[in-house]
Amino acid sequence: MDALTLARWQFAVTTVYHFFFVPLTLGLVWAVAILQTAWVVTGKPTYLRLTKFWGKLFLINFAMGVVTGIVQEFQFGMNWSEYSRFVGDVFGAPLAIEALLAFFLESTFLGVWIFGWDRLPKKVHLATIWLVALGSNLSAIWILIANSFMQQPVGYVLRNGRAEMDSFLALITNPHVFVQFPHVVTGGMATAAFFMLGISAWHLRKQRDPVNVEDFRRSFRFGAVYALVATVAVMLVGHTQAQYMMRVQPMKMAAAEALWETENPAPMSLFTWGNEPERRDVFAVKVPGLLSFLAYNDFTGEVRGIKQLQAEYEQRFGPGEYAPPVKWTYWTFRGMVGAGMVMLLLAAAAVVGVLRERFEQSRWLLAALVPAIALPYIANSTGWIFTEIGRQPWIVFGLQKTADAVSPNVLPSEVLLSLVVFTLLYGALMGACVYLLRKYARAGTVAADPHGSPTLEPYAARV
Amino acid sequence: MAFDLNSLWFVLVAVLFIGFFVLEGFDFGVGILLPFLGKTDEERRRIINTIGPVWDGNEVWILTAGGAIFAAFPHWYATLFSGFYLALLLMLAAMIVRGVAFEFRSKDKHPAWRATWDWLIFAGSAVPALLWGVALGNLLKGVPINGQMQFVGGFFDLLNPYTLVAGLASLTAFITHGAIFLHLKSTDVICVRAMKAIKTVGPIATAAVFLFVAATYAWTDAFGQLGVNPGLVPLLAIGAMLAAGAFVHRNLLGWAFTMTSVAIACATITIFMALYPRVMISSLDPNWSLTIYNASSTPYTLKVMSLVALVFVPIVLLYQGWTYWVFRHRITPSTTLEY
Repeated sequence: MDALTLARWQFAVTTVYHFFFVPLTLGLVWAVAILQTAWVVTGKPTYLRLTKFWGKLFLINFAMGVVTGIVQEFQFGMNWSEYSRFVGDVFGAPLAIEALLAFFLESTFLGVWIFGWDRLPKKVHLATIWLVALGSNLSAIWILIANSFMQQPVGYVLRNGRAEMDSFLALITNPHVFVQFPHVVTGGMATAAFFMLGISAWHLRKQRDPVNVEDFRRSFRFGAVYALVATVAVMLVGHTQAQYMMRVQPMKMAAAEALWETENPAPMSLFTWGNEPERRDVFAVKVPGLLSFLAYNDFTGEVRGIKQLQAEYEQRFGPGEYAPPVKWTYWTFRGMVGAGMVMLLLAAAAVVGVLRERFEQSRWLLAALVPAIALPYIANSTGWIFTEIGRQPWIVFGLQKTADAVSPNVLPSEVLLSLVVFTLLYGALMGACVYLLRKYARAGTVAADPHGSPTLEPYAARV
Repeated sequence: MAFDLNSLWFVLVAVLFIGFFVLEGFDFGVGILLPFLGKTDEERRRIINTIGPVWDGNEVWILTAGGAIFAAFPHWYATLFSGFYLALLLMLAAMIVRGVAFEFRSKDKHPAWRATWDWLIFAGSAVPALLWGVALGNLLKGVPINGQMQFVGGFFDLLNPYTLVAGLASLTAFITHGAIFLHLKSTDVICVRAMKAIKTVGPIATAAVFLFVAATYAWTDAFGQLGVNPGLVPLLAIGAMLAAGAFVHRNLLGWAFTMTSVAIACATITIFMALYPRVMISSLDPNWSLTIYNASSTPYTLKVMSLVALVFVPIVLLYQGWTYWVFRHRITPSTTLEY
């Protein structure tokens, strides 16, 4: 394999892996902050136990997000040096600002939060977790400003053989940021909500220790509402984003639907088995007019197909292949949307259960919610694979192709080595992380008691 | 040469490196000393907890330095990171296991689990402590960079007597710096052992810094007309190491810590002064060196970034300073241990 293919695999592996941890951080930090606020306001010990319990899981996850994020910041220069030279004048700024505004804030105050329980006045200590929440979400804004530039470049001029910034304001008010950031943040909230629901459901099934059960009833109610609000929100903003993408990255959306020909009204594919080289369907089930409706809120309206877009791009950018791999975009898009649909049903069922005070008796719901923890992870990963693969062959849409972005001086053997090192290292760390999350999740809130040791023994051993 | 925005960003990158070395330097040192100064599990936990609240914030200094280089000098970022590929891979692997180790280590009681993470903390601290010296030494010593700003050497081009001396200096200086920090932040047996470490490694570090300065005179163009002659700064680095030794002798460890900080800062300043206005020296042709002009972003980007930095760097310094104030107390056997 050549250095380009290996570098792409490395970016895929390290980025998808990094994004296993980020959404939970983004969403769970609000939950921890809210629970701690509830404790400071009401003084009820249940909220302290819950803060400690979810806080511990938050910390285990956070550490993984931080260390895998370091790779992200260095990797552009290591594997994508031509990209870095070409867009550094624009792209470097949000990355540097992310470190200065967000990384310092979250890392510094997280340290204070972990170690400050006995050293700070209650309210000052509470403020630190809110600052961590602010820091993590600020970090998301700045990295998405950077990513949005790759999807929809703005605020630049082509000069001296590179993209040079000519409006910082345009860069940070890129309309793409306003559809992408809400989608990522609400996706993170949904991830955290299902994480909370799944673990709470597991404890409610076990029914150990009345205090523990009462705490998880509370968590369940919180998680159910959080899940429904976040899932509805992530779908609504996702829909807005898709409509927006129809305009700015029509090829990505055509590939997401395996829409070979321009159609009006355009049908929505439920299932397509296609012949990608020949750009035709082999077998397909479609709903007439639905794609037009999703795109324009109207059952008529032209949606451009891959073939027409290919011809348009050839005229604009010269000869070349401008369609992304359709199988990948089509199925990852369906993975994301499909997982979202199931999440919506489960979240709605959980909220109904809460409203009727019947969730604890609903064995199927509790049983379903445990594996449902995986659903947002599927949606997050497929969503990002979709959006990044869907942009191909471009690394920066319309400006630079991925093939031209790779470091020319790094040998394939070096990239292979780093790919293997990261994959093995990440695999081993994932094992350790899942082991700890499982152990602390099962231990329950009573074991996470503030006076207990942080090296708690599994709950069962204590009773 | 006028002091322009390019120069301002060069200074800012230097400041970020100094901040990183002075702060993360001591937590590297503590990490390296961990398996040797902590005999029991409880002792090791106390050692880790001395840097527990601050190590992550310290590490952000290098992430910000990386980001600043990317934003202000994209070609520097591209050439350095793609050129030092394997060295950076090692460094990244070290930083990854180290960060996770701090958080995971005490969350399970199994002795093998804890021992594994302890050694990962050691390796994850020792490797970057050595490699950062090697890396900075290479910037000044010069590496094979061609006319297209591409690094054309390999991993072993980065290892030569000068850069290894620089690495030895950073490694030993950080260990000493960390041992003094540990002495200031601990009590009882750990405090005593930290003093022993200071007295063992301190003289080696002083010699290494002396060697580094001498090697910089002998093997680089630092004192030629190309960069800014660092003048007394390198001598200050040696002087500060000697002063640190004197303060240790009089049991004034706070002052000793200040002196090792000064020494680390002065050694870093020496390299950056000798570089200026270059950022990476080409060993193939001086005209192919990367400078703060041919590697830089546009004046517009530099202006935007300057405004951001001038507003936020002081804020960061304030709140990070505050955390050091909050956690100024020593870790005693009765302190609640979080890590």
